[in-house]
Amino acid sequence: MIATLALSSLIRHRARTALAILGVAVSAAMLLDMVMLSSGMRESFRSLLLSQGFQLRLSPKGTLPFDTEATIRSADSLVALLRSRATVAAVSPVLGGQLHFAVGNATLTATALGVDPAVQGDYELIAGHSPTAPDEVVVNDAVLRALGRAVGDTVRAAAGYDPQLRTLSGQRVLRIVGRVRFIYLALDQRAAALPIATLRAMNGPASAGRASLAMVRLRPGVDVDRERAALEAQLRTVTVISTSEALKQVDERLSYFRQLAVILGAVSLVVGFLLVTTLVTVSVNERIGEISVMRAIGVRRWRVVAQILLESSVIMLVATPVGLALGLVTARWLNSILARFPGLPERIDFFLFQPSAAWTALGLLALSGVLAGVYPSWRGASLPIATTLRQEAVG
Amino acid sequence: MSAIVDARALVREYRMGEEIVHALRGVSLAVHEREYVAIVGPSGCGKSTLLNLLGVIDRPTTGELSIAGERVDRLSDARATDFRLRRIGFVFQRFYLMQALTARENVELPLAEAGMAGTERRDRALDLLDYVGLRKRERHRPSQLSGGEQQRVAIARALANRPALLLADEPTGELDAYTGAEMIALFERLNADGTTIVVVTHDEDLARAAKRVVHMRDGEILG
Repeated sequence: MIATLALSSLIRHRARTALAILGVAVSAAMLLDMVMLSSGMRESFRSLLLSQGFQLRLSPKGTLPFDTEATIRSADSLVALLRSRATVAAVSPVLGGQLHFAVGNATLTATALGVDPAVQGDYELIAGHSPTAPDEVVVNDAVLRALGRAVGDTVRAAAGYDPQLRTLSGQRVLRIVGRVRFIYLALDQRAAALPIATLRAMNGPASAGRASLAMVRLRPGVDVDRERAALEAQLRTVTVISTSEALKQVDERLSYFRQLAVILGAVSLVVGFLLVTTLVTVSVNERIGEISVMRAIGVRRWRVVAQILLESSVIMLVATPVGLALGLVTARWLNSILARFPGLPERIDFFLFQPSAAWTALGLLALSGVLAGVYPSWRGASLPIATTLRQEAVG
Repeated sequence: MSAIVDARALVREYRMGEEIVHALRGVSLAVHEREYVAIVGPSGCGKSTLLNLLGVIDRPTTGELSIAGERVDRLSDARATDFRLRRIGFVFQRFYLMQALTARENVELPLAEAGMAGTERRDRALDLLDYVGLRKRERHRPSQLSGGEQQRVAIARALANRPALLLADEPTGELDAYTGAEMIALFERLNADGTTIVVVTHDEDLARAAKRVVHMRDGEILG
């Protein structure tokens, strides 16, 4: 009976109910998006760092990986030392640089990564194979498009270019053997990977035995933080950073993003709260005569409150899944816009759907919606019956 | 016959800003079982205030009030609500049916609140609608009923939990003369069947139908 009264009250004012549901759904969508935004980049970055299973990254002392052009001296002996440790499953040295491809009279510059193809963790192969010979290179679609070449073609490339003299240095003819997607590089960033020995040779003596970075994959069960501390203590010329520390750095750099998301999320919550409060208050004010009659004929106060709360709960229950769907759609749309920021890795998502966080956020909104109905419904149920009926009769 | 209503020196005062309005100035009234009492008087004389006190939807400022042997002038809200549910039937001038519910559901509302099971509740509601001549209109909503029909549904609702006292506030006030006459006949039948009735009215025909008429003026009972 109480449920019938609650539902029929909503149905009686279809347009108002629909607008309220839409309003709460928009609020829920915004809250969900903000929750997704607050944790999205961090989680996305974490999954990116861990995607190839490397938990530690070694860079020149005092630097972050690829933050400067500094390189690690005697990288080969460092790699050999690391590989000799029982705790280490794999080590992937990486040397950063540039390749200048000759295109007619012009040159086309791309980021170059010198890697050990057997253990590399920088790219995923889409077609072809990884370099197995010194003169083989893999490139991404941006390079293929710019060069107008395909897998199997050869290209002339140089490691150095003097723009004043227009001369190339460290030239080689390389054969494109694979089409790849670089994990940590932006989608539209032209990039190529070749054996680290080849890139060192092309760079000349200055690069001999050097690497920009070494990525370390530990054996299962090894304590990452303990191993990181042990390596840092043992290796004085490098900074050892674990995934969790890298995430801390990311956290610091993204803190304003999270603050913004928290503020906007809180605003969404308040908007949802006020929307339901307003709706329920209007609904109660319209029905104070009906409510007073119910009380006069013996309907208990808490039942009247329950009826009104049921109305707000139904609005929230309908609006929440609508908001969830709306939030996911808008998150995808916003993500596609933000992903166009230059320099961002392809796999970074600003909005990451995490069921637990999403349900917590939506549960919070639903709870706030129900709580928003408590005061007006209790006020309605507490109206002085005789006075209200007299005023209604006069009105 | 025992007294269903035993009101002694009821005073009801309202504060309106700085001013105190004396709505009832020491009213004493006894209504016995199976009695049919009409309270009449000019507007503002306090008859509706008295009815509200008898219906336990308001409290006297001072005085004592017993209904069906129970002191009701100082009941808590929860106990007063329960008392109204089980012992009082209300009929209002404007019917005040729940627009969302059918005629039968409106009659079922106090039965459901009293905890009566579904089938029994439905049968009781249909019996009551039968009693007021509206069984065939059980599925109609208030907006599909005439004023007289709505008032008859309201009477069936008021009788749902077999109240000790039926209170009616201007029950013919919104009805035309013909429908009003039907309502008067229904009240007479109710009383003849054993229902104790107190009705507040300006309607002389309705007052004449009562077994006793109580006149009020300026918050007091005359005579």
